Amino acid sequence: MSTTSKPVADEQVRLDMYRMMQEARLFEKRAQDLFLEGLIKGTSHLALGQEAVAAGFAAALRPEDLVYCTYRGHVHTLLRGAPMGALMAELMGRANGICGGKGGSMHLTDVSHGAMGSYAIVGAHMPIAAGAAWAAQERGTGQVVVCFFGDGTTNIGAFHEALNLAVVWQLPVVYVCENNLYMEYTPIGAVTAVANPAADRAIAYGLEPIVVDGNDVDEVFETATRLVDRARQGGGPALVEAKTYRHGGHSRADPAKYRPEDEVKAWLARDPIPTYRDRLLASGVNATTIDRVEREALELVDRATEEAKAGPYPEPDALGTELWADGGSAWRS
Amino acid sequence: MAELTYREAVSRAIAQEMERDASVYFIGEDVAAAGGVFKTTEGLFERFGPKRVRDTPISEQAIIGAIMGAAMNGLRPVAELMFSDFFAVCWDLIANQIAKTRYMTNGQVALPLVIRTANGGGVRFGAQHSQSVEGWAMAIPGLKVVVPSNPVDMIGLFAAAVRDPDPVIVVEPKVLYATKGEVPDGEVVDRLGSAKVLREGSDVTIAALGAMVPRSLEAAEALAGDGIDAEVIDVRSLVPLDATTILESVGKTGRFVTVEESPRLCGWGAEVASIVAEDRFFDLDGPIVRITTPHIPLPAADALEDLAIPSAASIAERVSTTMD
Repeated sequence: MSTTSKPVADEQVRLDMYRMMQEARLFEKRAQDLFLEGLIKGTSHLALGQEAVAAGFAAALRPEDLVYCTYRGHVHTLLRGAPMGALMAELMGRANGICGGKGGSMHLTDVSHGAMGSYAIVGAHMPIAAGAAWAAQERGTGQVVVCFFGDGTTNIGAFHEALNLAVVWQLPVVYVCENNLYMEYTPIGAVTAVANPAADRAIAYGLEPIVVDGNDVDEVFETATRLVDRARQGGGPALVEAKTYRHGGHSRADPAKYRPEDEVKAWLARDPIPTYRDRLLASGVNATTIDRVEREALELVDRATEEAKAGPYPEPDALGTELWADGGSAWRS
Repeated sequence: MAELTYREAVSRAIAQEMERDASVYFIGEDVAAAGGVFKTTEGLFERFGPKRVRDTPISEQAIIGAIMGAAMNGLRPVAELMFSDFFAVCWDLIANQIAKTRYMTNGQVALPLVIRTANGGGVRFGAQHSQSVEGWAMAIPGLKVVVPSNPVDMIGLFAAAVRDPDPVIVVEPKVLYATKGEVPDGEVVDRLGSAKVLREGSDVTIAALGAMVPRSLEAAEALAGDGIDAEVIDVRSLVPLDATTILESVGKTGRFVTVEESPRLCGWGAEVASIVAEDRFFDLDGPIVRITTPHIPLPAADALEDLAIPSAASIAERVSTTMD
């Protein structure tokens, strides 16, 4: 892990990151509860425990920047500013969902906030993110693209094809590996040629190997700011590996019994949210302010849940809409 | 009016659209300085420069992913996939990502992009560089698919593809690259979803696609000598499909034959035949016939490949038999 000196974030940014982590945590917990109540169907891949990576990057981005993420993408989409009620409604298959119920948990997208999609085939979005960065470069928009992916992605071809292209074309894209130590059920180390699945591959593409503590939002923010700014100034792509841990299983179906108890315990002790709370208090932020952030986050999640539950189910007509740009799905005359 | 080869028509088509719209970019393997392995993109690099006409690594996932991302962020990119057989190495990007993203996001994402690809046999390249894969693309909801069979259609359908707000696959029969045709001066723009009756006839409707179009026309001339008056339709666009033109023709002739270069199972003609059977069953005077390659990978040897792919003679013979 790189050493963190004095955080570059000012107090407002730090409180904002704390708020984002709280909202992300409570959103994911609520999603879990709604599954157990049977209000959310299908599957879900929660980012409980990994919120610091999302928050640290979200705080470093500008509104016009673009984010690509995976099926474990609820919190990345949320922290771009997507309306929480519409995200919750999407999980619940409602017409007021962010994708009208057609996307679901694994495909949350809010283009109006630069959340360019959650991609459910491992690795696919890495070249897509490169393409968005290529368009930004050619159009001179000043946008930076950030692409989040899991450790398992580092062993699929698209990862390597995308990194090579991004470097050759010097694209303004930052690739962020959220290394939660497990692919799905298998430890990433058991199936990977190198110890740091992303960072140890960086040198093959002429990139700086960067590992950050993905449970330390200050450290993530500092690194994100540096790399995003550099990309924006024409300094080309970057690859970051953030070490983190998911508190639950891979998906709803996975109780994660394959993880050693002491490992889980050690990582839970490094939960990014309470540790950051302590750090804020120690740095002089008063407890009332922090309590208010927590209370407001819970109120937001409660309102979003009610808004989602109140939404109607999609009309049958919706089935055949928006395949094509003309709004329909006709394929013959 | 000028006579162009099909390969010259490809570069003219790309140039026409790049000239018109500065957001049109073109990438692929060996497409820039080298002018393309089939010499279909010569002159574009010199004319539009190294940014808009750009070589890529041999990374088909990166190529197709890049145009998808670029289309999401304001460009109208065109990619060349050197051989359509390479769909198999980037099919995730095409079938799972490009085809589905608009629908999955309920219309938030538009993907105005074009993938051009050299398709089909007849050039002795063997099983991995000769396939007719238009049926693969046709089977995935969310992809439009056109197959120009001559130079002027190449320009017009390509222009329509670039200007379309949805992803379009332009399938180019590589065996036709050397063939010539008249092309009018000035801008040529056609329409997706429109078939063309190339030869009017009263006895049988032959629907053909791509490289099978000139062969079907030749077969029709041979059949005329035997007193069989065949109507030949160039299907041109698989998605959207101009079923109207085909059904009207069958209504007139009462007989229907497809001529497909692809292997037998699930070829485009199977879908078209089922439409004819459902919508015009009582107009038919005989069974629908599908002429296809056998259900095999294409062999390399010319003697074998020629046996596999429908020829003018084999088409004429089969149509003639069905008229008995």
